[in-house]
Amino acid sequence: MRAPVTLIDVQNLQIVYGDTVVLERVNFTVEKGKVFVILGGSGCGKSSLLKHMIGLFNPRKGSVLIDGDDIVSSGDEKRQTILRKIGVMYQSGALFGSMNLLENVSLPLKEFTDLESSAVRLIARMKLRLVGLDQFGEYLPSEISGGMQKRAAIARAMALDPLILFLDEPSAGLDPKMSAELDALIRNLSRNLGITFVVVTHELNSIFAIANRAIMLDKKEKGIIASGHPRVMRDESDHPVVRSFFHSSKR
Amino acid sequence: MQEATLEIESDGDSGFVFRFSGDLRADSVADIWRESLRKLERINAGTPIKVDVEKVKYCDGSGICLFVELELQQQKRGGTFELVGLDDKFKKLRGPFEDLSWVRSQPPGRKPEAFPVALGKETARLWHELISMIKFVGELTASTGWTLMNPGRIRWSEVLLMAKNVGANALPIVGLISFLIGLIVAFQAVRPLENFGAKEYVAELTAMSLVKELGPLITAILLAGRTGAAFAAEIGTMKINEEINALTTMGLQPIRFLVVTRVVATVLIMPILTMFSLVFGLIGGGAVYVSIGFSYLLYFSQITMAISLTDYLGGLLKATVFGLLVAAVGCFRGLQTQSGASAVGLSTTRAVVSGITLIVISDGVFSVTFHILGL
Repeated sequence: MRAPVTLIDVQNLQIVYGDTVVLERVNFTVEKGKVFVILGGSGCGKSSLLKHMIGLFNPRKGSVLIDGDDIVSSGDEKRQTILRKIGVMYQSGALFGSMNLLENVSLPLKEFTDLESSAVRLIARMKLRLVGLDQFGEYLPSEISGGMQKRAAIARAMALDPLILFLDEPSAGLDPKMSAELDALIRNLSRNLGITFVVVTHELNSIFAIANRAIMLDKKEKGIIASGHPRVMRDESDHPVVRSFFHSSKR
Repeated sequence: MQEATLEIESDGDSGFVFRFSGDLRADSVADIWRESLRKLERINAGTPIKVDVEKVKYCDGSGICLFVELELQQQKRGGTFELVGLDDKFKKLRGPFEDLSWVRSQPPGRKPEAFPVALGKETARLWHELISMIKFVGELTASTGWTLMNPGRIRWSEVLLMAKNVGANALPIVGLISFLIGLIVAFQAVRPLENFGAKEYVAELTAMSLVKELGPLITAILLAGRTGAAFAAEIGTMKINEEINALTTMGLQPIRFLVVTRVVATVLIMPILTMFSLVFGLIGGGAVYVSIGFSYLLYFSQITMAISLTDYLGGLLKATVFGLLVAAVGCFRGLQTQSGASAVGLSTTRAVVSGITLIVISDGVFSVTFHILGL
């Protein structure tokens, strides 16, 4: 067995909004090819942490190494090369409403490669095929369901074959069936294509379905209160917040 | 990162071997993609092709797409295709594309609509828009009537806030533009009137055009650009955020709750704003009048003689009606907002365009009416 490769290394991260410290002393690593889940209750800073990891915001302190390069301290040019290694799916999908799905997926390919338009089209169609939407390329985002929009957003995030895909609340607003389908897609992409996933969610079903490893954040303690495989966290953690979080699912 | 390279050899068996090496990544595969297709075209159709990728160090999804493209081209040309030497690491990427039958089934495209269909749809749309406009006017009239009967039920704090936004906040721009227009009108009038030896009538000309036409018109056009657009954007965003639905399900009528306050505020503030515009316009005209050698006193006496109370009140009445139209159409376009990122922008544009169109049309109606009435 090959030794695990660390793809993301978050060191001593402190996130502050105004005078409010949201998270501090956050340390964790993400291994290549794994599905890493950031979980916690509402308002604990999950999405903030994700936005700091992808360089949308700069933390007050600490660093985020992506494939060895720090996204926090890097200049514009370096940051561009780091951003090419990641893809992001936002909570709402954030597909461009005026473009059909093929155009949405083609956009990064057209902007960042010299490929001919026929090649761009083929690659975009293959990405849509991977998420099961190859028959919907000509549809506008407003003409497909929420679950399909999220899958299309994943296809767009994968357009340039990033090493890591960040997904912000993939199950939000989806019915259980769609949510399960999306979980299956994440699992497949991770297993079959070796893509590393960082997923922010609080859906327990999703967590158990996809996570290889997870960390749990807490609003009160402003940091990580548990980490490991979610099943281990559920069964072994003594932390009251962790217990109540997982207990709420045992109906 | 290694550069991607391609060598082509005959494999002695009437076929060719395409030997790729280096890194095949999304951002580096473009040149080799073009090169391989070009070379494939030069080979006779039906010739077997073997793609050897043993020396490929790194390959991502786009690299796999290149092999798929070559395979598809070969299928089209009636030749066999074989991919050899693909590293186990990359086989996973290839897995989902072993079967390529889906590529040929073109996604169901959108056919452009036939002309009669498009014409019918557009007619239906315009018809619905007309109906909704009539409905809106009816509801607005009913709601405003109800509000006038129950003045205690209108949210006066909201009306005051709106009046501040529509009126007080617009003072600097209305003042500046009116001053400049007054200045320009007077300036343009000097030369032609000078030819007739009637320079002192510059005051009358300026005052007449400002009070009867330009003052109300400028104020209303500025209102359409500032307030009409703001109303459409604000109500449009509320519509997208489902705030309008929330009002409806609470049993509150959006028109009474949102539109009446805005329309009342605008109608009340518009005459005052127009007076302000007239003062600044006349000051602008006065500046030119003084600069050509007359006194302010003469200017004042000329304009007071030129303008009758009827002219003045007629101008203010026009301005009030313009205000009513701009505010109502701004709110109407806001309520018409559909979903999507561009929807609010579209509503705003339509609010301004409809506002200005209505201003000019009603101005024409006023001119004819005043003429018939002999005012």
